Amino acid sequence: MARNKEKLVLLLDVGPSMHGVLPEIEKICSMLVEKKLIFSKYDEVGVVAFGTEETNNDLTTEVGGYENITVLQDIKVVDGDLIDTLQNLPRGTLDGDFLDAIVVGMDMLIKKYKDIFKGKKRLCLITNAIHPIKDSLEGSKEDQVTTIAEQMTAQGMKMESIVVRGRLSQDADKRIMDENDNLLSIFSKKTRTRNVYVGSPTSLLGALKTRRLTPVTIFRGHLELSPQMKIKVWVYKKTQEEKFPTLKKYSEKAPVTDKFATHQVKVDYEYKSVGESSTTVIPPEQRIKGYRYGPQVVPISTAEWDAVKYKPEKGVKLLAFTDASKIKRHCFMKDVCLFIAEPGNTRATVAVSAIARAMKETNTVAILRCVWRQGQQNVVVGVLTPNISQNDKIPNSFYFNVLPFAEDVREYQFPSFNSFPASWKPNEQQQKAADELVQMLDLAPSGKEETLLPEFTPNPVLERFYRHLELRAKQPDAAVPPLDETLKKITGPDPELVSENKSVFDALHRHFELKPNPKLKKSSRQFYREKQFGSNALESDGQAVKSIENQLPVKMEKIGDLTPVQDFEAMMSQRDNPEWVGKAVKEMRDKILALVIHSNEGENYHKVVECIAALRKGCIIEQEPGPYNDLMRQLRQYCQGKGIESLPQLLASRDLTLISKSEAEDSDVTYEEARSFFVKMEQKNPMD
Amino acid sequence: MDLDPEDVFKDEEDDPDNEFFQQSEGSKEYVVYLVDASPKMFKTTSPGKDQKDETHFHVAVSCIAESLKTQIISRSYDEVAICFFNTREKKNLQDLNGVFVYNVAEREQLDRPTARLIKEFGCIEETFMKEIGSQYGIVPGSRENSLYNALWVAQALLRKGSIKTAEKRIVLFTNEDDPFGGLQDAAKKDMTRTTLQRAKDAQDLGISIQLLPLSCPDSEFNVSVFFSDLIGLEGQDLAQFTPSASQKLEDMKDQLRKRIFPKRIVRKIRFHIANGLSIELDTYAIIRPALPGEITWLDSVTNHPLKIERSLICEDTGALIQEHPKLFQPYRNENVKFSPDEIADIKRISPGLLCLLGFKPLSCLKDYYNLRPSTFLYPSDQEVVGSTSVFIALHRSMLRLKRFAVAFFGAVSHPQLVALVAQDEVTSAGAQVEPPGMHMIYLPYSDDIRDEEEIFPDTADDAPRADEDQIQKAAALIKRIYLKDYSNHQFANPALQRHYAVLQALALEEDDIPEIIDETAPDEGGLARSAVVKAIEEFKLSVYGDNYDEESNNLGKEKAAEASRKRKAVAEDAAKGFDWVSLADKGQLNNLTVAALKNYLTAHNLPVGGKKEALIGRILSHMGK
Repeated sequence: MARNKEKLVLLLDVGPSMHGVLPEIEKICSMLVEKKLIFSKYDEVGVVAFGTEETNNDLTTEVGGYENITVLQDIKVVDGDLIDTLQNLPRGTLDGDFLDAIVVGMDMLIKKYKDIFKGKKRLCLITNAIHPIKDSLEGSKEDQVTTIAEQMTAQGMKMESIVVRGRLSQDADKRIMDENDNLLSIFSKKTRTRNVYVGSPTSLLGALKTRRLTPVTIFRGHLELSPQMKIKVWVYKKTQEEKFPTLKKYSEKAPVTDKFATHQVKVDYEYKSVGESSTTVIPPEQRIKGYRYGPQVVPISTAEWDAVKYKPEKGVKLLAFTDASKIKRHCFMKDVCLFIAEPGNTRATVAVSAIARAMKETNTVAILRCVWRQGQQNVVVGVLTPNISQNDKIPNSFYFNVLPFAEDVREYQFPSFNSFPASWKPNEQQQKAADELVQMLDLAPSGKEETLLPEFTPNPVLERFYRHLELRAKQPDAAVPPLDETLKKITGPDPELVSENKSVFDALHRHFELKPNPKLKKSSRQFYREKQFGSNALESDGQAVKSIENQLPVKMEKIGDLTPVQDFEAMMSQRDNPEWVGKAVKEMRDKILALVIHSNEGENYHKVVECIAALRKGCIIEQEPGPYNDLMRQLRQYCQGKGIESLPQLLASRDLTLISKSEAEDSDVTYEEARSFFVKMEQKNPMD
Repeated sequence: MDLDPEDVFKDEEDDPDNEFFQQSEGSKEYVVYLVDASPKMFKTTSPGKDQKDETHFHVAVSCIAESLKTQIISRSYDEVAICFFNTREKKNLQDLNGVFVYNVAEREQLDRPTARLIKEFGCIEETFMKEIGSQYGIVPGSRENSLYNALWVAQALLRKGSIKTAEKRIVLFTNEDDPFGGLQDAAKKDMTRTTLQRAKDAQDLGISIQLLPLSCPDSEFNVSVFFSDLIGLEGQDLAQFTPSASQKLEDMKDQLRKRIFPKRIVRKIRFHIANGLSIELDTYAIIRPALPGEITWLDSVTNHPLKIERSLICEDTGALIQEHPKLFQPYRNENVKFSPDEIADIKRISPGLLCLLGFKPLSCLKDYYNLRPSTFLYPSDQEVVGSTSVFIALHRSMLRLKRFAVAFFGAVSHPQLVALVAQDEVTSAGAQVEPPGMHMIYLPYSDDIRDEEEIFPDTADDAPRADEDQIQKAAALIKRIYLKDYSNHQFANPALQRHYAVLQALALEEDDIPEIIDETAPDEGGLARSAVVKAIEEFKLSVYGDNYDEESNNLGKEKAAEASRKRKAVAEDAAKGFDWVSLADKGQLNNLTVAALKNYLTAHNLPVGGKKEALIGRILSHMGK
């Protein structure tokens, strides 16, 4: 719908001090557009770069000033070109002025939409804000910003500013940074602006929400403290997993020439009687659900269920308050909900605020029983915890987590750690080494940015998917790339942090020794695991790193296409399990048949003959003539059917006939029979 | 597609690892219930639930019946046999006197409980005297020993299955504390000796014998007369026996209907702490939403089970697709194709590996960092010796320093950032309440977290906040509605309990569905206490003033009413644009858009739901055509 379209202008600082993070900015912005291309195709996006050598914008031509700001892309509906633009941002040469850029962006939005659209106009500023903005001609910088902010509110625009700081801007002038931060904070006070500070490329990737979702309430109604006292609340989801996109199945059946083919696949389910060979499909109305009761299955129709099911009334009711320590964190069952007072309802907001503050002060939580919708067939019991907002603009609210029912908890018993033998328990030095590790490998050092904050951590799988999707659109045969360095910070330890704490890790290695259990019997499973545990380097991207075990001769588990004869011989010589021989013979047999059947004009026959020779030799050594002879008979029949003469001739010339009794005891073929195997065939042929 | 039968109970995002598993036959239990059926069991009574006197026989039989009803749901693979002794008739393989093994058709003597068993056993008291009969089996002058015979029969029944894979148990119900009391010295001595020997033989075979004595109000069951020797009680256990036994009897009756899952390792994973230091961990699913159980589709005519065949059909040609099709995503006006392997490659990040990234204080673990039920981690030295000691060292440090670990877990389908929270062992009255180990909590990513609380602030004003007085009043309220000993999982799921109750009623062809108590209903009596009401009223007054009722009744409705009026006016305007009658006459309604049709419906106060055909049908019927 038109009114749901978002109009977004990206304001990107490309000045010299930003060059280090521009690759990440390119990635996050193109991800934003990629998702829009899939999920909201009609959104419109414009791109402004500031700090560029050139100047190109409307305002500079109209009123002058606003130098070094380039409109890379006027506002238009998202398309593939936009991604190309964003993936090749210019590297600027000057320190940009973010306030000028904001004005240019606002001007673009105003000109394009005048005042036809009230909502969904958004600016997104990415800068490090370490360079001073120009002094204004009249009034102080604060006044200037305030005026702009008021204008922004009047035009119904929102802004999101992502300020790249921390390690990425270490030598910047503190005074200027403070001034700029102050200016930016005016925006967040006066307008609907979200200011976000990020300190690492990884968190920059997570700082911008790349997918816009319309918030939907799951419940609007009363939070009932008692029948006499109810507070109006709205309930939203606070967390909900963004799923990997569900891809459609692709059908290649349609002819290439058919331009209108959808290539879609329909998944069809058919219900048939078990055991009967009949293929009658049971229609839906004749099906009934059966529920297990002991060894029996009890059929119960949907109508019957509906008549007797548990049907609670819609409503959210307080059961009790209790001490926060009674609720274990690990009992939270699902994604989290947010309870806010009905918007615009002052007294409900005050009531929620009062209870939230009181809960915080007394360290209590509330237990609720919720039925979100009428007709819902179960109840949810969960815990309400206070969320005290630090921002004056944002009302206090609650978080709601679902708690388990008695049936959901499996009461498994585990041995107490105290009951373990002393050798399993850490000694004093070991404990000290562990303490050091827990203390020093710190992701949230005081005074510094907390790393891997979930709010700023992108999903590496989705990042990889969308990047790969874009790549695939251009190069249909591109391989799946490994994770880049920025994303590896999420999936593995930060090398910087590790090297800073080298002594801690050294101590850990000194005090703890791990070794494979010698008592355990060697099995294939053990082999696999040992390989994994023996590895010293961290394995990533699904590629196993070299290990001691890997240097041993590799086990042959399959006969490949390249060197079937060698593979077969290697497999036959694996003596650790008698099954290998049978497997090798079978694999080889399949390979030969495949080669023969797929042979075009006899091009593979040479290979086939080599394989047959190897198989024959192997079968004689193992004294297993059966499979070989069966195969040969099968081959002869095949050749006769197809009228192929070259192959039997080749085989006869190499003397690759049946294995006779003289070669292997178990054979049921006499010497004469073997000799005449191909002769017979030749005689038969002319008669056809 | 209605393939998913448990949709009612299933969350939208059930664990994708599918840790839900079928109950295996791995650790079964074989139980033989031995019920004394002597005339004494029928004569003596004790006050029952509703103050009516019940015979001991009734108590024992109803206890078994209740227990069976629970068992068929919670551990339906366990096998049971029911055996009476001191009976008039006899029925057992050894053809011993005074012992009657009860059974129903289509069932072995020791077998899984069936609906039929439960149903017929439920009314055994009506037919018992006629078909089985009661009579003392141990009488002076006779060499018969019915208790000995009963133990022998029970032991023979339990011969089935290996002691390694199954737990075997005899549960003995009796109210006779001195079975050989009526005999003369020599005979008594002899019978006592042989009976005890029989019991000992059974115990040597790995069969445990449990005694559930029934006491009369006037004379307490004295376990030390005979049975303490039979079940091997000594010292302190002996003193505590009677109270704990009566508790057990109660427990058997009031068990929660809940499917029991045997403890099972979900997955073995590697925990990478530092280069060259990877320990071995086992993961367990301790908390998972309980589902009512497997569903089988049946043919409603024959009641035969159905199999489901899935086939892929090409929409363009209608041809069947045999191989695994490629997947595609429409993008930039074309279809970008991936093979299933490539998708798996994209999702694969360090599979099976839990990689430590660092530590944070527990205060950094916000309440809203949650997506799914947590997974429990416990160390194992099975393959890597030394794992446990590393784990315990970290566990202790994390508990002491109040920190949690952040790690990346490369689950095959779902690689995710996780928080590892150390949990110290908690025991209560000798039982483990919380096992020692770590809980793995799945953390959201930035795109999984929403900022809905930030949507609404009006730019001009600050959000309203409560003042001190209001907070004080709220605190007073909290104090009044305070539950001191809430346990994490004290409520049974009413929907699930109802499900089992309905299933039982239908399976046993009972007329009434047993009532279940909804434990989650608020305590209305408690909330109506004057102190509570007073606290609530005070809080209400401090926040809402005197006009609470007005507000709650009017505010929302007015707005809604206004909006709907507006919508209707718009629809009426739009609907005027067409000559509906002539369109309907010409059969051209189908040419209009759904939106236009809905305008007509809204303007005439008709429901606007349904497909286009339904809308047209509704319009036509409104016009009277």
